[in-house]
Amino acid sequence: MNILVCIKRVPATGAKIVLTEDGQAIDTRHLGFTISPHEECAVEEAIRLVEAHGGRATVLTLGPEAAIEQLRESLAMGVSEAILLETDGDEWDPVATARAITDAIRARQSDGEPFDLLLFGNESADAGGYQVGIRVARALGLPCVTGVKKLDVDGDTLTARREIPGGWGVYRLPLPAVVTVKEGINLPRYPSLPGKLRAKKKPIERITPQKNPGGPRMVRLKTPPETGRGAQILGEGPAAASRVVELLRELGVLQS
Amino acid sequence: MILALIDHEQGTLNETSLEMLTLGRELAQSLNVPLAAVLIGEAAHPLADGLAAHGISIAFAAAHPRLTAYAPDAWAHTLHRLIEAEQPPVVLAPGSERGNDVLARLAARAELPFAANCIAAKAGEPFTVTRLRWGGSLLEEAHLPGAPKLLSVAPHTLPAEAAPAAASLAVRPFTPTLADDDFRVQVAAREETAGDRVSLAEARIVVGGGRGVGSAEGFAVLEELAALLGGAVGCSRAVTNHGWRPHAEQVGQTGTRIAPEIYIACGISGAIQHMVGCKGARHILAVNTDPEAPIIARADTAIIGDLHKVLPAIVSLINEQLSRTTGGEHGNGGEGSEGGGE
Repeated sequence: MNILVCIKRVPATGAKIVLTEDGQAIDTRHLGFTISPHEECAVEEAIRLVEAHGGRATVLTLGPEAAIEQLRESLAMGVSEAILLETDGDEWDPVATARAITDAIRARQSDGEPFDLLLFGNESADAGGYQVGIRVARALGLPCVTGVKKLDVDGDTLTARREIPGGWGVYRLPLPAVVTVKEGINLPRYPSLPGKLRAKKKPIERITPQKNPGGPRMVRLKTPPETGRGAQILGEGPAAASRVVELLRELGVLQS
Repeated sequence: MILALIDHEQGTLNETSLEMLTLGRELAQSLNVPLAAVLIGEAAHPLADGLAAHGISIAFAAAHPRLTAYAPDAWAHTLHRLIEAEQPPVVLAPGSERGNDVLARLAARAELPFAANCIAAKAGEPFTVTRLRWGGSLLEEAHLPGAPKLLSVAPHTLPAEAAPAAASLAVRPFTPTLADDDFRVQVAAREETAGDRVSLAEARIVVGGGRGVGSAEGFAVLEELAALLGGAVGCSRAVTNHGWRPHAEQVGQTGTRIAPEIYIACGISGAIQHMVGCKGARHILAVNTDPEAPIIARADTAIIGDLHKVLPAIVSLINEQLSRTTGGEHGNGGEGSEGGGE
């Protein structure tokens, strides 16, 4: 199988989001970065499919040069090749992002092997647009199934499962196809030390993508109003157990 | 008119559709146009009557021989046909899984921008939306270009309110011309999972554990407390990353959103991705050794202490009081007792 997995570099936020003075971005001076959660699972899924069916997996990201960190993480987990669509660090809207990714895929496929499977995260942790994978699929004329939490490939057929109340909805598609996955589809592996060392030596293909904005156009970011809950300390240690039982009764969740 | 896609699972209404109508009514009023519902698939048509109480005066009942099981591209194409026929200024969907899926596909085929998970929208030039980032931990104000405007409404943020329409309900049958390609992606089968445990999303009581629990075995006391209270066990992402609990129990932005009467959060620090998952809880009780842990400020009440000492004490006390009650029922629900404990 020839698999492409698309990832996004996002800040690893903690207990609070702090914005820059102009409200245009998150202040990331004291933050680390990571692969967005759904996408980390997409990378793991790509590697598992290659382990089961042979072939190779390529990781791609649209982002600043610093996103090479996330590409190397994916290489260390076990993908074979990496592509950076290099931007100046400004966030691109989902239409522009999808166009640039589509262009890169077309370029890749025109002088090489077509991809059997294109994997995306269902939505990025930060922007949460829910649309990049869908737009790329439409542009390439490929079927797309989203929100997938179980994926199986048998020859040319893909079986994808999404959670519905009470169970699973099952979809069957012919390859090639686009799938957007959700965290929980697998538990991503920690990169091994040999994996990390190999990843350092792998070349990264760097492309300067064309930017064609489409929208929505961000005006500014705001932190939502904090509705403080009160933070009443009921007590300390096991001695406070009686206060808890009292609380449970008051809330009507414990009857005596 | 504003078109509002109604999300349903084979005719069972997804309540987030009613929340969407709250934003829909406001927009319709400001544009002085009626609010129309779109019901795709015959199973959904009976929902029309109930929607009149939420401001719907027109219901497009879309039917097609192949529109039986959910097919997102077919739903998107149906909406596209309706847009061509009715030229609405705005098309809405709830920000449910299906709502976002369908509207994104409509946006892709119509080559229009799409703003997902909006909590507010203001018509005008430019059309502005306020939408969620980071699952709700951050808000984004954005301009939405294009015509019509495509936006989905963030679930569990706006209330579902009754507000009868000015005009009586007109049901308009609609038979879209669809293509074979629209059915490449369609539910082929449904599989039921055995439901022996309390579903986390619906649980009235959730006992959650974070990194502070320390190990998979450490969850035994949380399971005990949850069972005693008739509740469900939840966990943080740190816990699922360690492989201590399955992802199905993860509470948070990339896991499950819970809305219990009480969420007892043990050994959980309070990362924003976790807090968006439990902000629907009526009461949050934190159990933590660290009085400075971010979750304390976001909780209603807190116990400062080691969960491995505090929880067994709570379990003990409850068991003790239960055994002293003759023929008493335990667990959730029911009226509170008069007076305090014995």
